[in-house]
Amino acid sequence: MLVRRNFLSCAALGAGALWVNPQMALASVGTDRRFVFIIQRGAADGLDIVRPCGDPAYSALRGSLADGASKPIRLDGLFALHPAMVELGRMYAQRQALFVHAVASPYRDRSHFDGQNVLETGGSRPYQLKDGWLNRLASLLPRIRDEAIAVADTVPMALRGKTPVSSYAPSSLPQPSDDLMTRVATLYDADPQLHPLWDAALNASSLAGHVSAKQDPASLGRLSASFLVQENGPRIAMIETGGWDTHNAQAPRLAAQLKALDTMLAALQDGLGAVWSRTTVLIATEFGRTAAINGTGGTDHGTGAVAILAGGAVRGGRVIADWPGLAAGQLYEQRDLRPTTGLDALIAGVAGESLGIDPGKVARALFAAAPPGRPMTGLIVA
Amino acid sequence: MTARPLSAAAIALNRFGLGACPGDDQPMEARRWLLEQFRDFEIRPAGMATLADAGIVVQRYRAQQRALKQAAGAAPGTLEASLKPIREAYMQTTRALYRDAVQARAQSALTTAAPFVERMVHFWSNHFCISTDNPELAAYAGSFERDAIRPHVLGRFSDMLLAVEQHPAMLIYLNQIASIGPDSPAALKAEQREPGRRLGLNENLGREIMELHTLGVRSGYSQADVTEFARALTGWTIDGLGRGHDREGDPDAFAFRPMQHEPGPRRVMGHTYDQAGEDQATAVLLDLARSPATASHVATKLGRHFAGDTPPPRLVARLAQEFERSGGDLPSLYRVLILSPEPWAATPLKFKTPWEWTISALRGMDQTGPGQLQLAGVQSALGQPVWKPGSPAGWDDTAASWAAPDALLRRVEFASRLAAPFGDRIDARVIGARVMPASLSEATAEQVRRSESPASALALLLVSPDFLRR
Repeated sequence: MLVRRNFLSCAALGAGALWVNPQMALASVGTDRRFVFIIQRGAADGLDIVRPCGDPAYSALRGSLADGASKPIRLDGLFALHPAMVELGRMYAQRQALFVHAVASPYRDRSHFDGQNVLETGGSRPYQLKDGWLNRLASLLPRIRDEAIAVADTVPMALRGKTPVSSYAPSSLPQPSDDLMTRVATLYDADPQLHPLWDAALNASSLAGHVSAKQDPASLGRLSASFLVQENGPRIAMIETGGWDTHNAQAPRLAAQLKALDTMLAALQDGLGAVWSRTTVLIATEFGRTAAINGTGGTDHGTGAVAILAGGAVRGGRVIADWPGLAAGQLYEQRDLRPTTGLDALIAGVAGESLGIDPGKVARALFAAAPPGRPMTGLIVA
Repeated sequence: MTARPLSAAAIALNRFGLGACPGDDQPMEARRWLLEQFRDFEIRPAGMATLADAGIVVQRYRAQQRALKQAAGAAPGTLEASLKPIREAYMQTTRALYRDAVQARAQSALTTAAPFVERMVHFWSNHFCISTDNPELAAYAGSFERDAIRPHVLGRFSDMLLAVEQHPAMLIYLNQIASIGPDSPAALKAEQREPGRRLGLNENLGREIMELHTLGVRSGYSQADVTEFARALTGWTIDGLGRGHDREGDPDAFAFRPMQHEPGPRRVMGHTYDQAGEDQATAVLLDLARSPATASHVATKLGRHFAGDTPPPRLVARLAQEFERSGGDLPSLYRVLILSPEPWAATPLKFKTPWEWTISALRGMDQTGPGQLQLAGVQSALGQPVWKPGSPAGWDDTAASWAAPDALLRRVEFASRLAAPFGDRIDARVIGARVMPASLSEATAEQVRRSESPASALALLLVSPDFLRR
């Protein structure tokens, strides 16, 4: 539990644990725009989040996943949104959210950990790059503060790299004595690994001040917002969510996951206030899941997925998809949604447009290892 | 900083062992001290032997749930209200099982006569990890390490592999108990009873065995191999839990249910497996355990654990060769580690994980038990909840995952709290030299000497750069 520590008590188990370890990290850079990346670790099922109800093969493939009790939210003639995402549905209706379907990173196998590594580093294969694309993105902006700040106790791969990025999580432990803090600083100052970490930790804790220390999705959304709205606060944030690997009992599990995500998004919007209009939130996962439901009411590791953009800056109210179809001959390797859009092209486009940098330049800086072709454009309100 | 080369004794105690206990004798011959521990390891220490069984708790809860659901058939509105107290009691019981098991694990780590072997238990438990993301797994977690890992830590890799994949915790965690052969008698019968209902495969366990437990990712297996292996594994389940179980069955024991097994031979990585029933998946597992890819996967992880985040290729090659030569005999691998030069480099090679750091801190304070300290809560607070890495890949074993700003601040806060009651009993100036024999840096020694109070000095020693690493 990286945002709120319940010192000397057992970590949450049971229902709440579906929403595993949400974590957040932030980088401060010189712009008045805000960019938030929410990673869904575990391969979120794009076909269940944004359902291609109009595809003739859909209901047969999805079985019980296609006929739940609540009605999905209609998006257009082909697609409908999972019924748990009421707030996101509202954003879509207000043209502040859009979906990109049948999207995938360059990774084509089905290992979570390799898939996440490619998604976060922006490499063309796992462990090719040592730093993350979000860190390289931060490096493109003029830095106006000495240090970046963070809200998580470790820094996720996407944010690791040369640009200083910190991590922060509120603590319920008592503050150590000044004497101890001073001597720790003396020892760490001479240590090349510990010195920057310690400086960053002290900066973050002084900035955090009064923020809420709970780890539920709404508190996490507000906590993220409270950093992003500060005059001298960070402009880039990353939030990690887990629990998307729904091999069994997907209907109730995914509904709970999506409700948590939906709640967090709404709290983020609420907390950002006027800043929401200059904010873009990108939500993406390492790969999608099998087109067909499996034998245990779930889905297995697949390929094509869905990516979500939300925020006041987004030119929303549409689903962008070069739809490959779900018929037997149209599936990727006879089992998965065939990817038709590169996630990297989306990231380069949306990150560039959101932060006011040429998307081509962003593409070259973020994805030099495997240039994604033309970045997608027209995603953000000018 | 005046870095001082680490002595062989300091390396044996802290890098290979779980941290020095100042009250213990210092090892005179470091390598021999490690090798002799193979004799002294206790498979089932008293505190673990007495842990309550998990299975009965899970089985009873599921039976209660079923009974209530049947009873509520006519009036579904009342179901939620009657389930709630039962669920709450169940959560409480499973949490207690989990907490007790974590305490027992810490107890053993603090008092063992074989700290190196105990470290290997933690290593393998993380290699073959489960994650206590739900109450079932919280209940079974202690038994998983005690019954599947500990008995084989000085045995063969293949025996540990079989014990792990047949343990109820793993069968639940990676959804194996729900995976049914699509053409098995059980599936055909279910479809007859309820046309249109499809029971079928769940390939989670098969994939993670190949990717994480044996061959390693990108080692040449294909999606088809994963699916075929998953078919071979159908029927592997728990005697007293899961579809088609016997009401009298043992919920802590593995079982093979032939009715759920996908009939026919399987082809995995170019080999045909035409064994009948349970032996089919066992044969695949034994072949996976013998594969050179597995040898190199295990060698890399072992090398990383002892010789640095980027393990020296020569050490890895030597370990892989020994794995193949000895047929995965684990003591032979440990011997290669201990007798190789690379893990004895005289500068710190590893940043301690929160678990390693906490245990070494308690050992450094000569604590012979966790006492009032709830280790489950401490480890959550420090960012590494025990048996809950959140993914089947386990906790990462590199500094980049643990050396982070907030994590560092948390350790300083915790050390301060841990040291507070011991100011009048423990002299950090004395134990510093005992836990880091002839190795403590002058800078740390000096700041410890100058601290404003004995408790502050002790806390500082525990978070000194010397003590954060091994």
